[in-house]
Amino acid sequence: MLLIFALTAGVMFACGVYLMLRRSMVRLIIGLSLLTYAVNLLIFAEGDLQRRAAPIIDAVPEDQMADPLPQALILTAIVISFGMLAFSLALAYRASQAAMTDNVDALQRTDRDI
Amino acid sequence: MQPYIVLPLIIPLLMVLTALARFRVFRRRLAQIGAFANLLACVALLIVTETGQIQVSQMGGHPAPYGITLVVDPLSAIMLTIAAVIVFAVVIYSRAAIDINRERFTYYPLLGCLLLGINLAFLTGDLFTLYIAFEIMLMASFVLLTLGGERGQLEGGLKYVVLNVVGSTLFLIAIGLTYSVAGTLNLADLAQRLADAPSIGITTVLAGLFLIAFGIKAAIFPLFFWLPASYHTPPIAITALFGGLLTKVGIYSMWRVLVLVFPNELVVLQPLLLTLAMLTMITGVLGAVAQMDLRRLLSFHIVSQIGYLLMGTALLTEAGLAGAVFFMIHVILAKTALFFISGIAYEAQGSYDLKKLGGMRVMHPGVALLFVLAAFSLAGLPPLSGFWAKLLLIRAALEAGQYLVVAVALGVSLLTMYSMVKIWNEAFWAPPAPGRVAAMLSREDRRSLMFPTTLLVVLIVVVGLLAEPVIRLSSQAAVGLMQPAAYIDTVLVDSEVEE
Amino acid sequence: MTQSLFFRFLARVMMPVLILFSLFLLLRGHNEPGGGFVGGLVGAGSIVLMTLAYGAEEVRQRLRIDFLRTMYYGLAVAILAGVIGLVIGVAFQDAYWWTTFIQGIGSIEVSTPLLFDIGVYMVVLCVTSSIVMNMAEEGEREDH
Repeated sequence: MLLIFALTAGVMFACGVYLMLRRSMVRLIIGLSLLTYAVNLLIFAEGDLQRRAAPIIDAVPEDQMADPLPQALILTAIVISFGMLAFSLALAYRASQAAMTDNVDALQRTDRDI
Repeated sequence: MQPYIVLPLIIPLLMVLTALARFRVFRRRLAQIGAFANLLACVALLIVTETGQIQVSQMGGHPAPYGITLVVDPLSAIMLTIAAVIVFAVVIYSRAAIDINRERFTYYPLLGCLLLGINLAFLTGDLFTLYIAFEIMLMASFVLLTLGGERGQLEGGLKYVVLNVVGSTLFLIAIGLTYSVAGTLNLADLAQRLADAPSIGITTVLAGLFLIAFGIKAAIFPLFFWLPASYHTPPIAITALFGGLLTKVGIYSMWRVLVLVFPNELVVLQPLLLTLAMLTMITGVLGAVAQMDLRRLLSFHIVSQIGYLLMGTALLTEAGLAGAVFFMIHVILAKTALFFISGIAYEAQGSYDLKKLGGMRVMHPGVALLFVLAAFSLAGLPPLSGFWAKLLLIRAALEAGQYLVVAVALGVSLLTMYSMVKIWNEAFWAPPAPGRVAAMLSREDRRSLMFPTTLLVVLIVVVGLLAEPVIRLSSQAAVGLMQPAAYIDTVLVDSEVEE
Repeated sequence: MTQSLFFRFLARVMMPVLILFSLFLLLRGHNEPGGGFVGGLVGAGSIVLMTLAYGAEEVRQRLRIDFLRTMYYGLAVAILAGVIGLVIGVAFQDAYWWTTFIQGIGSIEVSTPLLFDIGVYMVVLCVTSSIVMNMAEEGEREDH
């Protein structure tokens, strides 16, 4: 099970990095979000990959509890990446409108003198 | 337990809520009050911790290492106070430097949001919350950077967003791996568990991952390219705030996480750190020397100054860290003041291009004086704050026997002086460009531009003249980092007593 | 926006069901899976569904909610929940529970975590809806 998770996360990292190295803005953002999902998977795999009960003191014996911290970390990361995705999509949309192209290489205005 | 240390979080949250105020002017006034209240709270914390007492609060009353811990030690208190000073100055400065459209859109609430992220990063005692603090800070900075939607802002913003998201991703990976190695994310607990353990492969990898993640935020070589590509695009008040504070939060996190939790691994990484510090200093200042645009020139200087901070960290001695903390205080003040002054030059002459400026000495002698003080301080001339900062750093490096670093630091200082003199020659000393008429600033505008700039320059001079107490404070902060027993005890033992 | 009659009908029927379900998730969130965040997302889902069926403009007109303002009110509620703990207790975000008895319903536990969850619910609902509606409006503008 762990092996499957590790391989999936690795493939997602590879895909994400590959997409980020493309010139298209849309692919860049898809690559970014793939990268964040891959991290979520990685952290999920670090928590025990077994079916456990909710970690509520007195309701569940301690040795049957799931580790809540990786899940909390993932939940937070999902929320943040959701916001990030929405913002970067809007930003890329506006930037492509302003630059009249989807090509990242065209965004060189800030490197030259205005 | 000291629950009141949560004040630097509640005040910015209330600043965010000022978005509900119907009128623009009202919102601005509330933001000014909020920034001032935050400053007062942070100064109070500094005074309380100055005696060496570490303040702890557990959010929700859950004991460490299970809950969210807020800790104020001398280092956090220094950083909180200096950030509060900068944000207060920027809020006052924004009255004239931010146009009505941006003000009408939630500019001040966003400042509150940014301040919340910065304060949380300085206050937090665990990695999870540090991650959240970074994200709050990043989100607010994304919006502030692209607010207004000019083409340059959108392009610079995209680069800034992409590289910082990659940095956050690496940070998150590092946090996840740390948890699976050590079983905790509380910094005090981590320090206790990892400090005695021998440096094994995975912990060195973790330290490297944290170094890269914080390195992207702090803009060290070779991860700094997003900074000069984006920092000059927004209005100058926002650039000043970012240039003064954001990269420094990356350095602070390096201190907090690497020095506290991974001291053994840092010894392995020391040659790398020293090399990176030298390259950061050199590339930054060389980039700056080549620029003719005030904002871009100063943006490159941010990178160069980060090199000095990294150098102090890389020496791994108390003296080096103390120098770095002092340098941090100095550079935040000097850098923000210089951005403010370039903003005044822009308001007066309508350009950031050195070639088009000129005659500032005649038209605005007061501004010229402020510039000289801030620029000389940045270059490191006595008796200003920069001199003591560099003296401390170089003495520490000599004591550690790192002569190459000393040579590089001194050479970079010279080049810094050169680029400051270039600004002086072109913008202040040279005769006004032909056909250029100085714009008349309204009295209120001038006051809101001059007051915060003067405040910062006065602070630079005061830190320079009364260096002794500040040096003592910095060494106290450095000792707290290098000998974390007191920190660990206060965080972990206090919470046990609470139960 | 779609012209499909079936989809529009479905959206109209589903909207109240989804809102009820989101409130259910919000209230049971303390010992069972759920809470303000999930509830807010489900609630936002209903508004997204309406936007897909009728278009952002019409949804805005019908709902007459200023999403951004409501988001700030939600934030205020969440902060208030934290400050209550600070004022009467030992720490920010400290949890407090009060049990009240209402005729016909039974005893109800009111707590600062619930207040916090309500704030989160409002923030999530409003942020998500306003993101989607803004994007939809931008698309509609392009179509014209």
